[in-house]
Amino acid sequence: MTTTKKPVDNGVNVEALLGARQALTEAPEAAKFTWRASCEWLRGTHSRSSVQGFYGLGEEQKHRTTYTFDADHPEIFASEDNGATPVEMVMCGLASCLTAGIAAVAQNRNIQLHSVKATLEGGMHLHGILGIDSDVRNGFDDIKVTYDIKADATPEEIKAIVAQSQKRSAVYDVVTNPTNVTVVVRT
Amino acid sequence: MRVTTVVIGAGHNGLAMSHCLTARSIDHVILERGEVANSWKTERWDSLRLLTPNWLSRLPGYRYDGDDPDGFRTMPETIGFIERYASVVRAPVRAHTRVTSVRAIDDGYEVATDQGEWQCRTVVLATGTTAVPTLPPFAAALPPDIRTVTPTSYRNPEQLEPGGVLVVGASASGTQIAEEILRSGRPVTIAVGEHVRVPRTYRGRDILWWMDGASVLDDRYDEIDDLTRARNVPSPQLAGSLDRRTVDLNRLTGLGVRMVGRLAGLADGKAQFSGSLHNKCELADLKMNRLFERIDAWATAQGLDREVDPPHRFEPTRVEASPPLTIQLSEFRTVVWACGFRPDFSFLQVPVFDFKGRVRHDGGVVQAPGMYVIGLSFLRRRKSTLIDGAHRDAPDVCDRLAAFLDRTPLEARESP
Repeated sequence: MTTTKKPVDNGVNVEALLGARQALTEAPEAAKFTWRASCEWLRGTHSRSSVQGFYGLGEEQKHRTTYTFDADHPEIFASEDNGATPVEMVMCGLASCLTAGIAAVAQNRNIQLHSVKATLEGGMHLHGILGIDSDVRNGFDDIKVTYDIKADATPEEIKAIVAQSQKRSAVYDVVTNPTNVTVVVRT
Repeated sequence: MRVTTVVIGAGHNGLAMSHCLTARSIDHVILERGEVANSWKTERWDSLRLLTPNWLSRLPGYRYDGDDPDGFRTMPETIGFIERYASVVRAPVRAHTRVTSVRAIDDGYEVATDQGEWQCRTVVLATGTTAVPTLPPFAAALPPDIRTVTPTSYRNPEQLEPGGVLVVGASASGTQIAEEILRSGRPVTIAVGEHVRVPRTYRGRDILWWMDGASVLDDRYDEIDDLTRARNVPSPQLAGSLDRRTVDLNRLTGLGVRMVGRLAGLADGKAQFSGSLHNKCELADLKMNRLFERIDAWATAQGLDREVDPPHRFEPTRVEASPPLTIQLSEFRTVVWACGFRPDFSFLQVPVFDFKGRVRHDGGVVQAPGMYVIGLSFLRRRKSTLIDGAHRDAPDVCDRLAAFLDRTPLEARESP
């Protein structure tokens, strides 16, 4: 472990986060957020999702710009492969959520990060989605996330940051716990 | 009836407050719904022993003086200990007096009971932190043919039907009950969320001896990093037993208990478990090792390294690669809800509750003039919920109460 005289800077404004936590403790209504996404079918298995508006802090909010994400399936599925598969996007969401948490927790613990790299593997048996075997689930049977982290910290401290990040991660919770999903069709 | 201070609850906390109030000549009464040590008499399972050693029960004006300081009290011994304390401090207990409401009045509070009303200038809430077992929001969705018990209604395995048991929660109560039920021959599954793992002994000494010596138990509420988190930390996986065994998850799975993640929901006749088990166990192992680091540093600083066993670490919690995420509810005849407790202040008709229904207080000073609380999790110190916690918490809270009385003399309050 090296000591550095420079102030720890992972690019996370911890003071603002802690301030928000305090403010939202006292104003629980403002803490109610609604995230939104829309998606449009293009052709075949190719679709384009976009996000821009969301609701929080008691009013409508907007991203700086509209972000779009193309999803498709690879050619071995007889698709045109115009984008990531949706399940890969789920893994991207999980990885980004955990990684953001790692930066925030490290900043809060005054630990300088130098590099954080995650590799993810999600196992899936296609007998589920193909309807071949009803005992096989459609989704991942396991997701493995491996982190390679360089930081001014002991291995135990780094493990503790990663563990705490999982504890506070929204996508980790979404993936590991059941969520009610209601799909309606407008007629 | 009029009195300066009403103390609600005649457990060790209420009695400790009484001792401190008497020492300051503050007239008071203790209102108790049942008898002294009531919850110890009526809401504990048969085999339970305190998880704290006998010596770790220092109270204001009282301490253990028996010949087994390192033993763990049974329930009858615990009740006897608290009853003796009540007589030693000559506590003015009104037994079988259930408080039905506390309302603010001009110069203090009116405390209504099923035995009449009291007016007082100050109130101390000492009804305990383990009053009501908490249940997950979906508990009511459990099929009615599955019997449910809580740590306050569980007595022994014989009261349960034969067949599978799901223990929900892996803190002190859940781990102990899971072990006992497994030994009765019933298959046991334990659902494990966030938990605190500690061994019974470390380097040849009781873990609580270390935590007391290294002042871990004395960490203060106004010095701790994240008080909200600290107050929500579950009870440690510790049990008091004659053989001083560690009852952690490795022991339970070694005996044959099936371990799954936190119970996340009930759907389609199945219990659903969180996929977070690996991380929950990793968090607990890391936290335990940080505790050992603190203990080891203290031992070295105290020059104890030659007197005790050398530092060592325990096997990490063994978790199977892919624990089951769903189990058919038909496998279970009984569910034990061991998910924690909350205090019961439903009699309080004073706006002192936060958005979660918790009493707002600063180290026991409730956010209502002249109202105090004692015995809550990390009230003033890490050990505030241990019997030993009242040793210093009660005098501290009594100091604040006395200062309040001095600042607001009755005459001043009565003048227009």
